[in-house]
Amino acid sequence: MTIRHHISDQLLMAYSGGSLPEAFNLVVATHVSLCDECRARLGAFDAVGGAVLDETEAVAMSDDSLAACLDRIDMLPQATTRKPLKRAGVFPAPLASYFGGGPERVKWRPLGMGVKQAVIRTGRDASARLLYIPAGQAVPDHGHRGLELTLVLQGAFRDESDRFGPGDIEIADEAVEHTPVAEQGPACICLAATDAPLRFNALIPRLAQPFIGI
Amino acid sequence: MQADDEGTDWAAHVIAVRDHQDKAAFAALFRHFAPRVKAFLMKSGADAALAEECAQDVMATLWQKARLFDPERASVATWVFTIARNRRIDALRKARRPEPEDLPWGPEPEPDQAEAFQTQQETDRLGAALAQLPAKQRALIERAFYGDLSHSEIATETGLPLGTIKSRIRLALEKLRQQLS
Repeated sequence: MTIRHHISDQLLMAYSGGSLPEAFNLVVATHVSLCDECRARLGAFDAVGGAVLDETEAVAMSDDSLAACLDRIDMLPQATTRKPLKRAGVFPAPLASYFGGGPERVKWRPLGMGVKQAVIRTGRDASARLLYIPAGQAVPDHGHRGLELTLVLQGAFRDESDRFGPGDIEIADEAVEHTPVAEQGPACICLAATDAPLRFNALIPRLAQPFIGI
Repeated sequence: MQADDEGTDWAAHVIAVRDHQDKAAFAALFRHFAPRVKAFLMKSGADAALAEECAQDVMATLWQKARLFDPERASVATWVFTIARNRRIDALRKARRPEPEDLPWGPEPEPDQAEAFQTQQETDRLGAALAQLPAKQRALIERAFYGDLSHSEIATETGLPLGTIKSRIRLALEKLRQQLS
C-alpha cells in the first residue's frame, strides 16, 4: 500500500494531546494503523507529551500516597493478557472494534444510486460514518461545512486534482469545493468524519409540533 | 524536585518492576513521576483531589502494564504521559479514544541498552529544547498536551527537533516489517 495523503501535524498533535472528538480519533487511529510514516510522527508527538510531563513543575502528593498506591496494587487482579484487537478484512483493528468485525458486519442504509452509508455511534461533538460508493458514483455530501476527514479503506476516488487510494486521507474544510468520484474497479469504501453540525435535527421541530398544532 | 533525578535510568527501574516486582524501584518511579502526573492533570483542569486519585491510578497502571513497556520505542516519561493522557480522557472527557492497531513487536526480553538510552536522551533533549522556547510558544505546546487546545487552535510549527525521533521510530518500524515479511 503506497500512501500519499497523510494526516496533518495539527490532527496528529491533537490526537496525541487527547483533545480530538471521538469520530476524529477513530479516523486517526485507523489511518495510523495503516501508515508507518504517521505512526512514527505520532511517536514523536507523544515524546513531546513526555517531555512536557517531565518538565511540569511537580505538585506534591500526600504523605501516604505511595503506601496507598502499593496497597492498591496488591488488590489489583492479575493482569490478564488481553488479546490484541485484530484487523478484519479492510477494517484495521480500531475500526473493526466498532463493528465487531469487518465490512460484512456493517448494516448499510441505501442513499440511492447504489451509494450506501452506515453511521457509527461516537461522541456527539463530531460524527463518523462509513460510505460505500460503487465505481463511477460521486462521493456523497461533499459540500464541506466543517472539517471533514475521508479515509479510503478499499477502492479509490478521484477529484479534479488528485487520486485517493487505500490508506489515503483527504482533509477538507469549508474552502474545498470539489466533486470526488469513485474510480472504476471495486466499490470504494471510506471512513468519513466531520465536526459540522449534524443536519438530522428534525427531532426538535417534531417535539415542538404538538404544541404548535394546538 | 530532586535534582539528583537528572540522568536516572528510569527504563531500568521499569524493567526491575516488570521482572522482579521490585517495590524499591517502583517507589523511586513513584516519587519522580506521581507528582508530575498530578501536576499535569491539574493543568488539564482536574482539581487536586481528583488529580491525586488519578495519579495513583496511573502509577498502578504502570506497575500492572510494566511488561508492555518497550524502552526502545518510548522513554518512561513518554509512556507515563500516554497513560496519564488516557486516564485524563476517561476521567474528564468521558470520551473514547480508539488506539491504533498494535504491532507484533517481537519478543525482545533483552532490550537493546543503547537504543533504550537513546530514547531517554531524546526526551531529555526535547525537554531542554522546550525550556529554551519563547515563553508564549512553549505555553501553546504545553496546552496542546494538557488537552486544552482544539485541533484548530494548535500551531504545528513547534520549533522542536522532532525529525530525529520520527526517523528512529521509522527505522524501527522498517526493521520490524522486514522481520515480519
